[in-house]
Amino acid sequence: MLEVKEIHTYYGTSHILFGISFNVKEGEAVCLLGRNGAGKTTTFRSIIGLTPPKKGSIKFRDKEMIGKPPYRIAKMGIGYVPDTRRIFPDLTVRQNILVARREKEKAVWNLETIYALFPKLRELDTHMGTQLSGGEQQMLTVARTLMTNPELLLLDEPGEGLAPLVIQAMKEQLGEIKKLGITMLICEHNVGLATALSDRGYVIDKGTIRYQGTIEELQKNEEVRKKYLMV
Amino acid sequence: MSFDVLFSQFMSGIARAALLFLVASGLSLTFGVLRVLNFAHGSLYMLGAFLSYSIWKFLLMPVLGFYLAAIIAALIMGAVGILIEYVLLRRLYARGWPEQLLATYAIVLIIMDLVKWAWGGEFLSIPRPKPFTGAVLLFGFPFPSYNFFVILLGLGLLVFLWWLIYKTRFGDIIRAAAHDREMVSALGIPIPWLFTWIFVLGAFIAGLSGAVTAPFGSVALGMDIEIIIECFAVVVIGGMGSLPGTLLGSFIVGEVYAFGIMLKPELAIAFIFMVMAVVLIIRPWGIFGRPER
Repeated sequence: MLEVKEIHTYYGTSHILFGISFNVKEGEAVCLLGRNGAGKTTTFRSIIGLTPPKKGSIKFRDKEMIGKPPYRIAKMGIGYVPDTRRIFPDLTVRQNILVARREKEKAVWNLETIYALFPKLRELDTHMGTQLSGGEQQMLTVARTLMTNPELLLLDEPGEGLAPLVIQAMKEQLGEIKKLGITMLICEHNVGLATALSDRGYVIDKGTIRYQGTIEELQKNEEVRKKYLMV
Repeated sequence: MSFDVLFSQFMSGIARAALLFLVASGLSLTFGVLRVLNFAHGSLYMLGAFLSYSIWKFLLMPVLGFYLAAIIAALIMGAVGILIEYVLLRRLYARGWPEQLLATYAIVLIIMDLVKWAWGGEFLSIPRPKPFTGAVLLFGFPFPSYNFFVILLGLGLLVFLWWLIYKTRFGDIIRAAAHDREMVSALGIPIPWLFTWIFVLGAFIAGLSGAVTAPFGSVALGMDIEIIIECFAVVVIGGMGSLPGTLLGSFIVGEVYAFGIMLKPELAIAFIFMVMAVVLIIRPWGIFGRPER
């Protein structure tokens, strides 16, 4: 479904990604693990087109994404959930969700199904984006992106800064989304939420992929975890 | 000083505030969403005024002529807005403010010469349209009823913009994009499309406001710079990109001007900028504005 090949991405003149390649198959959940600053967010920004790579190729359903503006990439079915949540502060919870609404055939997600998955958001319906706690904002940012009815969901650090109980709830909610057949690419800096949901994983460090394998292999591989993931 | 005189000044201040709001609301909207300080906004207003004059002359319709000319001029300015946004502005969003100001100032000069070439340097005006030709008595004082037309138009625009920004899906997108255009784009909303429409709306409002000034008898070269400077004061005082801010800013500038003229006519404009300076010292981002990120 997603085929990333040898991408090189820069912020201005600083070279961040050095030829990263990986793939995600339909229906899979794949995690991208690595320390802060390893290049995870840049990889996501490369895919959605916010920081387009200078070299390489990103194919989604066999179509080249590099060179397309973010809104076109999003329209093709990629949903991006940013790590900093980026809730619109001047909009209510409902408006935050509805602003992402798009007419689409076979749309699974609408306000009802989203509120059914995140009952907490229904209670907060008329609250402004700024009045939410970290966990509520995280739910809202996921809900907002779901509203675009993506086929591939990019989740950047969905558990970042959340309390253990909230992480547990988030894990269950993302599990529900996965069950609906939505493909996922999740990144994280420690082994936790992402690995629990994923089938396969890649380890990224200093802008290159260092390791890849199934989740079982990854969890058993003490050496890789020590070298690239532990602080 | 008697109440009558003060009240009369107050009312003329309100009329001026309404006109300022008409022009400044478009400027503020464009800035709030596109983050481009459009120095040429006053030029769109001036071109709208001249266009409406020529269209009015061409139409030769006694009653409807003015209104029709104003709408047609505003529509033409909307089309000019598409042209400017598509050809020039679009290339400037990623640049810094100095470049944006220079480029929009270039438009100011181009439109100025175009107007000079097409209409010459005369003062033009359109007679007040029916039914706003006479005066209305308020507390025994006569007020030009055309002033009330402008005030009503200002209120109408306020209600329309409020509805558009706070009550429609387009408005949700506007408020979202004003804060985080990258995220809006990543949600699949075409930012270039949004920016074009916002700029067109701003240009349309500018053109309409220009047409509305024609019966005040002040369609002339120089009206572009005069209005843009006052509009900058309005949005700086009220807060860039804020609708309530533009409303309050227009009111303050309109009234300061009206009472300034009464106290010391030579200093009327200076008073406005003294108020602006005080606001800048106390609240650099304006009364309703937000500190820039």
